[in-house]
Amino acid sequence: MKRTENYVKIEFLSRSSNEGFARIAAAGFAAQLDPTLDELGDVKTAVSEAVTNAIVHAYPDTLGRILLKLRIAEGGVLELTVRDWGKGIENVEQARKPLFTTGGAERSGMGFTIMESFMDRLSVKSAPGKGTTVTMRKRIARRVGAKQ
Amino acid sequence: MEVSASSRDRSLTLQLRGELDHHGARGLIRRAEREIETTLPNRLTLDFGGVSFMDSSGIAVVMRCRQRMRELGGTVTLRRVAPQPRRVFDASGVTKLIAIE
Repeated sequence: MKRTENYVKIEFLSRSSNEGFARIAAAGFAAQLDPTLDELGDVKTAVSEAVTNAIVHAYPDTLGRILLKLRIAEGGVLELTVRDWGKGIENVEQARKPLFTTGGAERSGMGFTIMESFMDRLSVKSAPGKGTTVTMRKRIARRVGAKQ
Repeated sequence: MEVSASSRDRSLTLQLRGELDHHGARGLIRRAEREIETTLPNRLTLDFGGVSFMDSSGIAVVMRCRQRMRELGGTVTLRRVAPQPRRVFDASGVTKLIAIE
C-alpha cells in the first residue's frame, strides 16, 4: 500500500438524492490532483455507479449508512472506497458480469463494467448479510507544465 | 432531470436537461413512456444537449426507449451527446445499437 498523502471520509444515508452529492464530493477532492475534464468525468461516473449500487442493492427496503472514503496515495493515485453494511452480494463474480442485474428494468447491469473501464483497478469484497466494500484506483497523470 | 417534449409528423423529440442518474431515471422513464404512448411516433430523438452528467442509469433509459420504439416499428436517435455521457455509451456498447447524430 502506497503512502497516504491525503484523505477524507464521508458518511451518508442511502437516499438517492445523495448520489449527486457523492459525485461532487469526489470531484472536489480529486481536483487537487489537477485532473483533466475526462479524468474528472471518469471519477464522477465510477463513484456514481458504486454509490447507486449500495443504495439500490445493499439497502433495497431500508435506509442504511454508506461510507465514502477518498484517498490520495503517492504518485498521484486516487483511491475511492464505497462501503456499506447492507445485504451483501451472494456471487461477486456474477454481479461483475456485463448486463447482469437484479435491479429490474430500471437498471442496465453495466455498473461494474463502467467502473472497470473508467478506473485502473477495481476490487469488490462482499459477505451476505454483512455488506460490501468496493475499492477503485486511478492514477491521475501529472500534466506537463503543471506546478509541483 | 428536466424533460421537454415536442412532436411533429410522428417524430417525437425529448429534450433532456440536468444530471441523468438513478435518482432521476425513474421519472424520466415514466415521462418518456407517457410521451411515446400519446404520440405513437415512428422516430424518437433523445436530445442530450443539456445533460451535464450521465451514469449507467442513462443506459437503462435509452434501452427501454429503444425496446418500446422497436415494438412500434420505429427508431431511436441520440443527439448532441457531450463527451462524458458519450464515454458511458461507448463503454457499454450502446453506440453499436443506437445511432448518435
